[in-house]
Amino acid sequence: MTTQAARTEQPLLSVQDLKIQIQMDNGVMHAVDGVDFDIYKGKTLGLVGESGCGKSLTSRSIISINPKECETTGNIVYHSESEKALNNLNLLSLPPTGKKIRSIRGRKIAMIFQEPMTAFSPMYTIGNQIMEAILIHRTKDKKEAKKIALEMLAKVGISDQEKRFDQYPHEFSGGMRQRAMISMALSCNPELLIADEPTTALDVTIQAQVLELMRELQKELGMAILLVTHDLGIIAQMCDEVAVMYLGKIVEQAPVKEIFYNPKHPYTKGLLKSMPRLGGTKSKRLDSIEGSVPMPIDMPPMCGFYERCKDRIEGVCNTKAVPKTYISDQHSVRCFLYSDQLEGEAQ
Amino acid sequence: MTKKILNVENINKYFQVKSKKALFRKPASVHVLNDISFELLEGETLSIVGESGCGKTTLGRCLVRGMDASSGNVYYHTEDGQQIDFLKLKGKHSKQYRRNIQMIFQDPYSSLSPRMSVFDIIAEPLIANFKLSKSEVEQKVMEIAEKTGLNVNYLQRYPHAFSGGQRQRIAIARALIMRPRLIVCDEAVSALDVSIQAQIINLLKDLQEQFQITYIFISHDLSIVQNISDRVAVMHLGKIVELATTESLFSSPKHPYTEALMSAVPQPDPELKKSRIILEGEMPNPANPPSGCHFHPRCAYKTEKCVQQAPELRQVADNHFTACHYAEELNLQGVQDETASAI
Repeated sequence: MTTQAARTEQPLLSVQDLKIQIQMDNGVMHAVDGVDFDIYKGKTLGLVGESGCGKSLTSRSIISINPKECETTGNIVYHSESEKALNNLNLLSLPPTGKKIRSIRGRKIAMIFQEPMTAFSPMYTIGNQIMEAILIHRTKDKKEAKKIALEMLAKVGISDQEKRFDQYPHEFSGGMRQRAMISMALSCNPELLIADEPTTALDVTIQAQVLELMRELQKELGMAILLVTHDLGIIAQMCDEVAVMYLGKIVEQAPVKEIFYNPKHPYTKGLLKSMPRLGGTKSKRLDSIEGSVPMPIDMPPMCGFYERCKDRIEGVCNTKAVPKTYISDQHSVRCFLYSDQLEGEAQ
Repeated sequence: MTKKILNVENINKYFQVKSKKALFRKPASVHVLNDISFELLEGETLSIVGESGCGKTTLGRCLVRGMDASSGNVYYHTEDGQQIDFLKLKGKHSKQYRRNIQMIFQDPYSSLSPRMSVFDIIAEPLIANFKLSKSEVEQKVMEIAEKTGLNVNYLQRYPHAFSGGQRQRIAIARALIMRPRLIVCDEAVSALDVSIQAQIINLLKDLQEQFQITYIFISHDLSIVQNISDRVAVMHLGKIVELATTESLFSSPKHPYTEALMSAVPQPDPELKKSRIILEGEMPNPANPPSGCHFHPRCAYKTEKCVQQAPELRQVADNHFTACHYAEELNLQGVQDETASAI
């Protein structure tokens, strides 16, 4: 098995063997089952998968905001260059309501959510809510905080900031609200921005605006982005590296061009083929992936994609856990088709 | 294919909006559908696209009479060539023709009753419309369930036991059991995952071939629209701004709004460097639409004429209608053919 050549650069955040289990009435659900990835400064990592694959839980566990029912194990190591006290810190070992994680949450690692209407409180003005984060993390001076908040609103392209500052979330349109949320998330200059389906609730034209804005701000502020989405189009336009998740596992991880031009895992291939794309014609049938995603409850050690896979090998794929195989330095895949282990057995 | 099935003429729809500030002031009205006219041919798929709030769902509902249009006519052409003023039908007559037009909704989690078994859900329209014996109903339900790819052994279960894609199949089966000639699909695949989406689109296409169904496919997703439709109508703020065959629309759009919509779709190809047109601002408020062409505040090509004069929908090419003053002069950018299909 080829080994991964170590990157010289230190990752900003390293997720190692992350597992999230949820106790259900009919067994234990392995919602996230051994996820590893690194996020580097100034880069965008895309986490892509269908609903229920565990991508949101994974991203939320980074700042410990998952529901209590989730039993989380593994390591999430955060490396901060600027603050020694936060260097090499295992975020999962911190109590989720403790002082330390709260000093990171919102300040070093910020998050934007899918539905901006539910993420904002309807009872406070937008300005008030943006100022709250600034007052906690950056300054105690209210006047200065307001100045920063107004600057942030201007930065995300909201005009007439003075008036907007005193408005309530319901007075904003969907696109405006998402902009306001981005300005709130970026108000403390985070090193990592987690964006969980940031544009799913928006129209395509507004989506294009918001994505453009995120790209510009990343260039300007140099933060890393973890982009969680189900839309391969957005992944292609935004990401440097992609991790494809299926049933709680990362089945393939590679730089963005590798994923789109040289996909290896049958699931990645299937996803790319089943996507209708502009430029196709009506007569063309879409290649769909048969069946649907099973529930990951008390799964025996086997490939989660086995039942839907066209290239499955009976007696191999359904009998043991799939190891990670490196195709090249940065391209890894969890599939027996590429595993040395299998060839060894065949001989 | 040349037989007409529906003739929509000058449909208008107003919504009354109560003013919160003045108790006795006359309620304001919002013009949601503005003089919509089009023809629908038998066996074709006409897609209606546009951003949220453009009135595409309202139009769909008016066509199935889930909502009454404020003015205008919809003529329904029966199989034996009669023309019926569909919006004026009442009572028994109404029932007789309305069964020919069915609807599939966006969210299969809220469109199916959680208190009915799947069998009952699919059988309900049959029982409501025809006097059939139990065994006849059962036979028909089984037949449709098989055609839509449902497992007939699971029909006694309730909707909660099914996944999103399966539920959408149930909704399709329920619409299909009346053997309709026209189905209005309102964002029928938007709530589904990519891999499931493809299954449902293929199913809709297969059923169309098998039963000669006509679809009105309401969607905001241009890549799906291109894949499924024969003709496309682009709506903006209650008006059809462009109506053309799919090929013509995507290869040479004639309205700046259509061009911007296409350009905004994120393409699953990291090397595709295209000059994206990013529209500034947002959809104007329909309660207070801009003067002249409703699109002018966001249009890159606007002139004084656009601010003052509203363009009419007119024919600019064979089977290609658009509502833009400068349709002939502008050289708008469409979508290239599928070249980068490496995979």
